[in-house]
This record gives sequence, structure tokens and C-alpha cells, in this order.
Amino acid sequence: MTPFRRLPPSRREAPETDLTQRTMPSIKVASLGLAALIVSLACLAGTPARATGLEEALRGLGSKSRKTILRSIKDLGRAGDPAALPALEALRDRKLRVDEQDRVLILADDGTLARDALTGEEVPVAGQRLRSPVINNRIRRTLLPVIARLQLSSPDPGVRLAAAKEMVKRPRSGAAGAIRSALETERDGKVRQALRLALALIEIDSPDPVRRISAVRTLGASANANVRARLARMLQTNESGEFTAEPDPEVRAAAAEALRSIDRRLALVSLARNLFYGVSLGSVLLLAALGLAITFGLMGVINMAHGEMLMLGAYATFLTQNLFRSYLPEWFDWYLVAAVPVAFGVSAVMGMVLERCILRHLYGRPLETLLATWGISLLLIQTVRLAFGAQNVEVANPAWLSGGAEVMQGFVLTYNRAAIVLFVFFAVALVWVLLRRTPLGLRVRAVTQNRSMAACMGVPVSRVDMWTFGLGSGIAGLGGVALSQIGNVGPELGQAYIVDSFMVVVLGGVGKIAGAVWGALCLGVVNKFLEPYTGAVLGKILVLVFIILFIQKRPQGMFALKGRTAEG
Amino acid sequence: MMGPWLDRLAAMHSRRGWLTTALVGAIGVIGVPALNIVPPPDTWLHIPDYVVMLLGKFLCYAMVALAMDLIWGFTGILSLGHGVFFALGGYAMGMHLMRAMAGEGVYRSQLPDFMVFLDWKELPWFWYGFDRFWFAMIMALAVPALLAYVFGYFAFRSRIKGVYFSIITQAMTYALMLLFFRNETGFGGNNGLTDFKRILGFSLQDPATKLGLYIVTAVCLLLTYLLCRYVVTSKLGRVLAAIRDAESRVMFSGYNPLHYKLFVWTLSAVLCGLAGALYVPQIGIINPSEMQPAGSIEMAIWVAVGGRGTLVGALTGAMLVNGIKSWFTVVFPELWLYVLGALFIGVTLFFPRGVVGFLQRFSKGGGSCTSNR
Repeated sequence: MTPFRRLPPSRREAPETDLTQRTMPSIKVASLGLAALIVSLACLAGTPARATGLEEALRGLGSKSRKTILRSIKDLGRAGDPAALPALEALRDRKLRVDEQDRVLILADDGTLARDALTGEEVPVAGQRLRSPVINNRIRRTLLPVIARLQLSSPDPGVRLAAAKEMVKRPRSGAAGAIRSALETERDGKVRQALRLALALIEIDSPDPVRRISAVRTLGASANANVRARLARMLQTNESGEFTAEPDPEVRAAAAEALRSIDRRLALVSLARNLFYGVSLGSVLLLAALGLAITFGLMGVINMAHGEMLMLGAYATFLTQNLFRSYLPEWFDWYLVAAVPVAFGVSAVMGMVLERCILRHLYGRPLETLLATWGISLLLIQTVRLAFGAQNVEVANPAWLSGGAEVMQGFVLTYNRAAIVLFVFFAVALVWVLLRRTPLGLRVRAVTQNRSMAACMGVPVSRVDMWTFGLGSGIAGLGGVALSQIGNVGPELGQAYIVDSFMVVVLGGVGKIAGAVWGALCLGVVNKFLEPYTGAVLGKILVLVFIILFIQKRPQGMFALKGRTAEG
Repeated sequence: MMGPWLDRLAAMHSRRGWLTTALVGAIGVIGVPALNIVPPPDTWLHIPDYVVMLLGKFLCYAMVALAMDLIWGFTGILSLGHGVFFALGGYAMGMHLMRAMAGEGVYRSQLPDFMVFLDWKELPWFWYGFDRFWFAMIMALAVPALLAYVFGYFAFRSRIKGVYFSIITQAMTYALMLLFFRNETGFGGNNGLTDFKRILGFSLQDPATKLGLYIVTAVCLLLTYLLCRYVVTSKLGRVLAAIRDAESRVMFSGYNPLHYKLFVWTLSAVLCGLAGALYVPQIGIINPSEMQPAGSIEMAIWVAVGGRGTLVGALTGAMLVNGIKSWFTVVFPELWLYVLGALFIGVTLFFPRGVVGFLQRFSKGGGSCTSNR
């Protein structure tokens, strides 16, 4: 709700002049001088007369009859006085009340105070019997454009932009004058652009072909699907091929040109959107597959419970969130930062325990490992289900991750997905540094390349196995943190990713981190680009077929490996 | 000409083995139905109808376990896609049953109900012919065979083996499950095919029909067992075991493992298709959840629990695990997944040769159960 304000009278006159000009076209034709005289007369006479009109219309908003409400809204829109805005907005938000003395009140947010819509004085409303005017969709449809038109004179550019966009969505011929006058004073680039678009959408119906052409040209610069449909309608033909909607060939040519340019822009937007969603899907896959590339790729241990490590990470995030909510509510927005090490730790410890207790007895028997880890995944899923319930739990986005930035018209870069892409960079860097720049990494690589030789050189092989497995599982836990921000968190979260992440590792080639990175990005982008043409399911099948064919050509994946998993 | 062939058949088992097989077969095929019909319902000897139905279901699972054992226990290839072959056989049978009741559905249309619901005007081309029983039966075996052959050819040719093969088959299962979940695929989508009325003119609600289906299943299982036994005791079976134990050496000896693997893989898929086709009329529904990757992995655990590389082990395992499952999901439904998980871990860790291997430790050289190991 915008704060209640009364504009100085000088500002209030401006729309009035405009109104007079618009409503008296015949006078304008007859004589400019006469018109000017009448306009100035109207200005002089306007203030008192209109003030009562405004009062009456505002009172009408609280009427019991919907017809009166509708008429008052129209009157207020015609008057174009921003002073009526708070009342109109209150009506939209169901905050308008009428008390026993028939005063029209605007309820404040807390519900105990209200302000008189006419005088602006504060009225305590606790204990009073208030009636709220009933509005239906028809009223709403009239109300929204009127609010938008009034908001165009708001001092806040955000409000003006929203209002302009509303006008683009519902173009009304009556608003043309208001838009033109707003364009004269408007300084903000984005608002101007939206206003021009709105104006063009109105002028495209004008009887003057010159105006239509200029409107079509303006529209050609947008990338809006509605605008495209409007332009396409101009080129409609009937059965015999005659153009029914647009008589002027020049306008038609301009419309066709504008359509082509819109199509080009829409294609660009959809390309960018697919690319972004593809990369973000790829990042999610990569987070799931990165740990797998370590446990399966480097150690040769096939871990079907890997998906459950993701799930544990997501639940660790959920728990961290709840702890922050109850104990550190003022730091709540930063729970995610704390969740990262927590999730890593939970999954890593679980991984190390599993490696110690079960997996090490199965080394060299991969098929048995597969079955045993599947059993582990069943146990983990059922345990989580019994502990947290079978329903999905709610993990909230922190404030700094919700919303998004509109990069192009029709393409919103959502912050949570963008953050995941960044997070993946962090995770890959972490793995790279751990494997390449730390003593642990050195040992891991030594054990991978030649296990017995490494043992001879004094590397504690079995302890390195444990740490490696812990690292791989911990990375999966990080993936769980990321997944909790974009999807549902439930006991079966991991199951959905296990097939895909194995595909990533197989495609990328076992044993190489770079392979996992490229494999994940390829799969993600290819999936997203196939989706519009084939649907998600056929896309998945096509990708599978593609992987099988690819393995025919390069059995070792994109990046061949040398090490103990390579068959000697 | 018949002489050596009979000798060869007789050599499949020892004398004791044949006797045991005949005995178990007779109990399964004749004994159970007899106990269902002859004793009056309230005596302890009587086997109630629902147990017969349950046993019929288990026999289908046992057939799958045999197929699984053939490919995993004897050839060393762990398939996580056998649920697909099973479901495909089931769908072929289900399509026949749907066609057989044309005009009797809820909408009294010649089309299956779900097509009326989706507002389809005519039968899709792949539904043609399924109104004939023989055609549906051929399809129940041929479709899994074809899928297995094509998939196996590409996979084995590029020497995908071990866990890679398992993962790829699991991905296939997952993809096909998603495909069958779609309504547009034309197999009833999410709900699958259900609400069948009769098979070959016999009402499916009639206990006599159910008993008949059970007997047919038992006979098929017996024949399947003999076929598998024949395969694993033949020279082919020995090559398969060699492939399992040292594939490179088989290649160096001049054999091409591709054809052997492809044969046993396709045979295994066909047996699964048969099991699926027998399963659907007894259960009365087939839907894409039969294709869930988890289901296929469970099939592997039947074999592992019973004992890999022994056909008897596969049969025992399937019966045992499913028996436990039926009991647990009724009495302690929330504990069943724990039991299953523990089975997976315990068997692989402590009983790699399963129940049969465990028992063999006590009776050294035990007759009919031994594999060629």
C-alpha cells in the first residue's frame, strides 16, 4: 500500500487539462483559440467542482451497489487524480471498509487503525462494526488499469514500472492521453520503454495508418509473446487470401518486418533460457556426479547409496534451518552458509562408516558391492522416512536467494539457480585443490594409480580408502544442500539422481574429474534442448540411446583413464 | 537318432537328482491342486484358494529367478533390467485380455476403456492382432527377445561388462518405465491395464480358472527348469561359466563371447516374458510400476539369497524372499525395507553362495543341487 498523501493542488491540475483536451476533439477541430479559452476556463472552474466530484466518487467506492462502485472507479480513472490511489489500492487489496457513519476508511496493516479516504484523518476502528464493499472480477478488471494509470505519476520508479507493465498487459484506448503525458515527464529508461510499448499497443488500433506504422515499429522492438500475437493478427487473411484485419499494405509490410524481428529476439531469448536452464541442470547433475566420480571413478567402488548421501545432505540442511529458526532467528538468512559444512560432515561421516563396516569387505567384487550398497540405500531411506515422515519437508530459500533478475525480456535469471552454478564452481575447485594440492590428494592418486606400489611406499592404503570415500560422500552432501534450494526434500530425493549421475560418470569417462564436469554439462544442456521438441521422457530415452551409441565409439568415455579400474 | 539325445537328457541329473525333481514337480503340479480340491475346506490338509494364488505368483517369480540365474549366476552378467522383460511379457498378455473383453468395459466400447477415456477413435497399430491369443503369446516372448537382442548386441559388442552393463540396463529400465508412464505411449499410462474379465473364455473370477492358471504356471516352471538345466549342463553352459570366470581367456581360446552372451541374455529375457505373461492373468493388473528399477534389483537378491550358480538356489531364493515379503508387508509393513536392506547386505557379506551354498557346507557333495562349479 502506498502511503497516504495529498498532492499539492498545482500538480493535481495537470491531468485535468489533459482530460479536457482529450474529451473535446470537436472543439479542437473547430478553433484552437476557442479550445484554449475553454481549457483555461475549465482549469479555473475545475478545482472546486472536481474536488466534490472526487469526494463523491470516493464515497461511491464504499457503496453497497456494485454498479455504483464500478461507476466511481471509472470516474476516478477519468479524473486521473493520484490522490484517489490509496483508496483504489485498498479496494484491490480488500482493505477498504465503511463504518457506521458511512465514512470510507482505509484499514492500516495492523488492523486497529484506519484512515479516512477523504480527509486523511486517523480513526481507531477497534470494536467498530465495519462493512467491506464487495468486489467481483468485473470490478477488478476495471480497477486494475485505473490503478495503473494513476500510479504512473508515482514518485517511485518501481511503482511506475509496474504500472506501465500492467498497461502493456491490458491496453485500454482511454489511457493513451495519460501515457503520453507521462512520457513527457518520465526520465527512467525502463519505464519509458514500457510506456512506449503500452502506447503502441493502443495506437495500433488508431484509424491513422501513419500512427499504426509507427506503433508497429515500436512493437517490433519488443520480445513479448502477447505483442507477437497482436501483430500476427494484423496479417490475418480469410479463405480467399484477402487481408481482413489490416487494409493498408504498408502497415502490413511493417507488421511482417516487426514480426520477423520479434521472432528473432524470441529465439534468442529461448536460446539463452535453455542454455541457462541446461547449465543449471548440468550443475545439479554435476554436484550429484562429482562425488560419484571420486568413489566410483577413482576408487572403483560402485555406490548405489550415493543418491542417499545427497538426501542426507538435504536433510542436514533442513535440520540446520530448523536449528537456526529456533535458536538464532536473527541470523536465519545465513543458515545456508552453516548448512554447507554440516551437510558435508554428515554425509562424509556416514560414508566413512559405511566404508569401514561394509564396503571394504567387498573390494574386488563390484557386483556384490552394487547389491550391498543398494541394501544400504534402502535402510537409509526407510530410516529417514521413519524419522522425518514420508512427506516432503520444507526447506525455505533464504531471502538473498529468492527472486531473480530479468536479464532479457522474458528471461528471468533466478538467484537460486545462479547460486547453484556458482556453488558448483566452488565444489569443483574444492575437489581439485584437495586432490591436487594436499597430501591426502597425493595419496589418493597414488593408491588409484598403483595400489600395491603405494602400499610398499608406506601409504596407509586402507585409511586412504576411507578418507577418499568420505570425501566422495561429503561432496554428495554438498549436492544435497544445493538440491534442497531448488526442489523437494523427501526420503526418495536421491533415487531420482542416481541413474543420471551414473550416466554422467560413464559418459565422462571413469576416473577423471574433468570427465564428470563435461559429462554433466553435456547431459544437462542436451536434455534441456531436447525437451521442447521431444518432451522430457523421450528426451531422456534419446539421451540414453546416445550414451549407448557413444560408448560404442569410445568405450572409455570422453576422457580415457589409466589406473586400477582400467582393465589391464 | 533318439538314443544319444535321451542319454544326453538323462545326464542332466544324477538318478537321485531326477527323483527329487520328479517328486518336487509332482507336489507342485498335482499335489497342491489336489489338496486345494479334495479335502474339505476346514481341515488342516486343505490349501485355501488365496494360498494357491500366492503360490502361483511365487512360481512366476521363481521363473524370473531362473532366468536371472542363467544370466548372472552362470554367465556373470548382472542385469538390472529383467523387470522390463517381465513387464513386457505381462503387457502383451494384458493387451490380449483387454482385447478379449472388447465391448464389455465400462464404456461398452470396442476400444479398451483407457482409450475411450483419452478420446482415441481407433486402435493404435501396435494393438492390432492382440485379439488372438496365439499372437499375444508370440509377442509376449518375441518383444522381450527383440529388445534384449538389440540392446545386448550393442552392449556386448562394445564389451560393456561388469557394473557398467548393470548401470546401463538400469538406465534402460528407468527410461522405459518413464515411457510407459506416459498416457500417449498407448498402454494405459499410470494405471496400466486392469479389470480383465476372462482368458480363453474362462472367467478370471472363477476359482477353477485360477487353479488352472496355477497348474499351467507350475508346468511351465518345471519345463523352464529342465530347459535351464539342459543349457547349463551342456557344453554351452561350460563356455558360459568360462566367460563368467575369465572372459579374456575364453577369447584367447578362440571363442567369441559375444554370441554366447547374446544367446543366454536373449533366452533369459524370453523366460522373463513368459513369466510375465503367466503373472498378469493371476494378478489381474499390469502397470509401469513393475518396471521400477528397484523391482529389478530385488530380482537379483532372490537369486543371491538362494545361491548363485545353482538353479535350485534360484528357485529357493525366489520362494523364500517372496514368502518373507508377503508375511512382513502384512505384519510389520514399515520393517520390510529394513529386512530387505539387511538381506542385501547380509547375503553379500556373509553368504555369498546363498542358502544352498550354506546347506551344502553341511552335506558335502550333495546330489542334485550342485552346479558345475
